[in-house]
Amino acid sequence: MTESRKNTLMQKVIVCAAFLNGFVIMTIELLGGRVLSPYFGTSVYVWGSIITIFMLSLSLGYLWGGRLSSRNPSHGMFAGFFGLSALLSLPIIFFAEWTMTQVFLVVEDPRYGSLIAATLLYFLPICFMGMVSPYSIRLLVSSEEHSGRMAGLLYFVSTLGSALGTLLTSFYFVLWFEIDTIMWGAVSVLLLSGAAILIVHRLPVREATGVHRYEN
Amino acid sequence: MKTKKTLHRSINPWQQCVLYSLLALASLFTGVVTAETLHEERSVYRNIFVTEVDGRRCLLFNAVRGERNQTCMNMRNPKEFVFHYARMTMAGLLVNPDPKNILIAGLGGGTLPTALHELYPNAKIEIVEIDQAVVNVAKNFFNFEESESVETHVVDARVFIKRAGLAGRKFDFIVLDAFTGEYIPEHMLTQEFLEEVKQVMTPDGVLISNTFSTSELYAHESETYRAVFGDFFNLKMSGSGNRVIIAQQKTLPSLGTLKANAQPLHETLKPYGVEILEFPGRMGTRPDWDQTRRVLTDQFSPANLLGR
Repeated sequence: MTESRKNTLMQKVIVCAAFLNGFVIMTIELLGGRVLSPYFGTSVYVWGSIITIFMLSLSLGYLWGGRLSSRNPSHGMFAGFFGLSALLSLPIIFFAEWTMTQVFLVVEDPRYGSLIAATLLYFLPICFMGMVSPYSIRLLVSSEEHSGRMAGLLYFVSTLGSALGTLLTSFYFVLWFEIDTIMWGAVSVLLLSGAAILIVHRLPVREATGVHRYEN
Repeated sequence: MKTKKTLHRSINPWQQCVLYSLLALASLFTGVVTAETLHEERSVYRNIFVTEVDGRRCLLFNAVRGERNQTCMNMRNPKEFVFHYARMTMAGLLVNPDPKNILIAGLGGGTLPTALHELYPNAKIEIVEIDQAVVNVAKNFFNFEESESVETHVVDARVFIKRAGLAGRKFDFIVLDAFTGEYIPEHMLTQEFLEEVKQVMTPDGVLISNTFSTSELYAHESETYRAVFGDFFNLKMSGSGNRVIIAQQKTLPSLGTLKANAQPLHETLKPYGVEILEFPGRMGTRPDWDQTRRVLTDQFSPANLLGR
């Protein structure tokens, strides 16, 4: 494979990964309401807590992801975000009940109870998922003049992913699967995205002889 | 003459068109609601309307959809229960004819707690309602009153029941009436929730659950109640889309006991429009649903999708 073909392939993988990342974020957010409801109910403030924590985690993720991208951006680190997101999502499957029981016992007010539980369960994984966006823009942008276009493309695919994640989860996944099964699906998707980035990154490049190589 | 002319001149065909469609739209809305709106209250959950027509005052959660009366009250006879499901709830008294600690999830217009308080003035009645606006409307328009023995908590019922369980509290008459709205609270249909309800029931306490008899949800819900309580009474009336589940931890009373319990209640319940003698014969335990349907759990409870 020539380097330019590898670059094109990598770009496609990054765009797909950003799409899936957006998808998974909203799947997890929607399930958050289900996860918290046995302990904190479905009052409007439970959704308030979940949305607040997701927005906060994403905003900090954007900030830190953007900062990290300015020093030696690497595909390895980018794949690492996906791996860590997947890993940090596992407590939602294994320790959600235990965590929520502790919070429920200590905090009487379901507003703060749900806020604390949402922070404990979702802050870290969603933060790492937020880091994906600015970092992927950095990896895709090769020149200043098309940076806006790349940012636009990234926003487009990740928000489209979020829209589809919301729709499919609320219309179909909850009807077909258990919550934990869907969470395992989300974890697998994140791991596969990370793996795909690493695999393409490590593909051997054949030096193209006699063919003019376009650097980008 | 002059005014008529100017009026004609000032309305061009386009404006006429808009005017007529507005009129048509307006008549459509009044046609659906067919009642005078006395009051409209906005809450974070929904818009609440209080309407009155022919001396019948109703609490509606969603006026545009029509036929969504939550509670109605006959102003000429405020005691009378207007709806079948409210009357059917009283069948719980056949299982426990002398409740002392009553818990009601879902206030509506408050007609049920008001009636129970009249019938059992010494019983402690606690009502759990998620929406403060509903409590306000019940007080202002449906003669609902709080007192030492009638207490309202504005909180999600599952949260309340979980805390009551931790505190070791017990109730001998529990009514779940939170399912008549547009949206079904999915976390209150699951096996885990019913286990929590069981925790706060006295050994001879009764659970009365006002739910649906139509849609796919019926079988799922029935299987869930059976998984937790075993056999339960399934009360249905013709002309009502509701069904009332009556469950108990211990073995259910026999038909003879139900009939015996109905006798002394007959006269007291008559002013409420409740023909209690009709109920024992209609309280069956035989499953009339697909018993292979999946039990609803906290992991799997797509109640709103199944309830379509």
